[in-house]
Amino acid sequence: MTRQVIQAYDTVIVGGGLVGAAVACGIAATGAKTIVLDGGDHDFRASRGNFGLVWVQGKGADFPAYARLSGGAARQWPNFADELLETTGIDVGLQQTGGYDFCLSPEDWEEREREMSQVAAHTNGEFEYQMLDTNALRERIPQVSAEVLGASYSPQDGHVNPLYLLRALHQRMQQLGATYQSGQVVQSSSRQSDRFVIKTATRSFHCERVVFCAGLSNQRLCRDLGMHIPVQPLRGQLLITDRVPAFLPAATLQVRQTREGTLQIGDSHEDVGLDESTTLDVVTRLARRALRIFPHLAQVRLNRAWGALRVMTPDGVPIYQQADEHPGAYAISCHSGVTLAALHAREIAGWISSGAQDPLLVPFSTRRFDV
Amino acid sequence: MFKLLDSSARQVLIELDGAEVSVPADISVAAALLYLDCLPLRHSAISGAARAPFCMMGICFECLVEIDGDRDQRACQLMVRPGMRLRRQLAPAQGAGA
Repeated sequence: MTRQVIQAYDTVIVGGGLVGAAVACGIAATGAKTIVLDGGDHDFRASRGNFGLVWVQGKGADFPAYARLSGGAARQWPNFADELLETTGIDVGLQQTGGYDFCLSPEDWEEREREMSQVAAHTNGEFEYQMLDTNALRERIPQVSAEVLGASYSPQDGHVNPLYLLRALHQRMQQLGATYQSGQVVQSSSRQSDRFVIKTATRSFHCERVVFCAGLSNQRLCRDLGMHIPVQPLRGQLLITDRVPAFLPAATLQVRQTREGTLQIGDSHEDVGLDESTTLDVVTRLARRALRIFPHLAQVRLNRAWGALRVMTPDGVPIYQQADEHPGAYAISCHSGVTLAALHAREIAGWISSGAQDPLLVPFSTRRFDV
Repeated sequence: MFKLLDSSARQVLIELDGAEVSVPADISVAAALLYLDCLPLRHSAISGAARAPFCMMGICFECLVEIDGDRDQRACQLMVRPGMRLRRQLAPAQGAGA
């Protein structure tokens, strides 16, 4: 038996994905002694499989506080990207030139119009959007098929390279003094008098605050400290093509062109449990839909495909929760780690550091699920 | 630039950019293109930079070439066949997205 090593920190952050790393940046910046405990390379990692959208459109149509939160986070992106570039030298490739969500059926159009107007109403018009019919859309992106009914458009949307973002956040949090350890799967958490004890297979960490940003594992991990975090996996499959000449002036929900020219084709949603494999039927459906929108891509070669599991709450809205019985323990669960990155590094880290209540975050507690 | 180790190797005729050329029979298309010394092989679709075969094992996607009318084929993953028609993808503006 190896002896358990005990280490003391001000803050332990469980999870080193986009959420954990962003929060770690903000907390480490206050001078708190911070460690990020990350799992293994083969864990489910939404941060390494996602599409890279900074996306406000439609978010919070039925949840006004989320519409405002999400819009505020997206507005911080230009400044946040500059800050990361300045401090780490990593250009995360932010292109915030708007985003299109294509409507392929009259039902799509109606639903989109409803969502857009709701979000605009919730944000007192801060959320800007347009519904573009076929002709207006084709004036902006001539390659769009005449069969497409139109698209919703918001100038506030955009995209980044999510892998560069993850790398930049990791570099930044370590610059600010946070320690990072991978392969440290948390097994249990408890409160012992005035501190938390977080245990992995080989180590014990004592801390004043613990923040769970462990994606799908939050459900299991937070139970120890009395928090019920109802997250479920929602699989998305993603196709990657060869590099093609730049033709997309902005991000779209269905197809994204990276700065290097590669196309990512995505936006599938499957409730299949903890299975991140790819399937021929979904890959085919995604490719067909991309061709319905952009027929000129018919000869483009598909290089690979992957599946990743989104972290979904029952209403799709993030959870920002401080444990009722154990102040100092926090849970963060969301599926928009890119869009919300600046918010996590700034406001959320500030909320956790202060230990105070934040009225803006009250709607995001798990109390909304208690009926 | 490259020389054949076995100068007695059997040769076959293929077409490169519309001209008939002779290359060794049992090598990859990428090796044949290097043997023909026809660089650059292509230009990047985005930056227009000149490119050449690099990894020779299918992962870098630098050796893309049009073969028998199909664009973006990895030359290092295909063997030379008599009569195959190769076309270098030289003009960046002529890609699928143009």
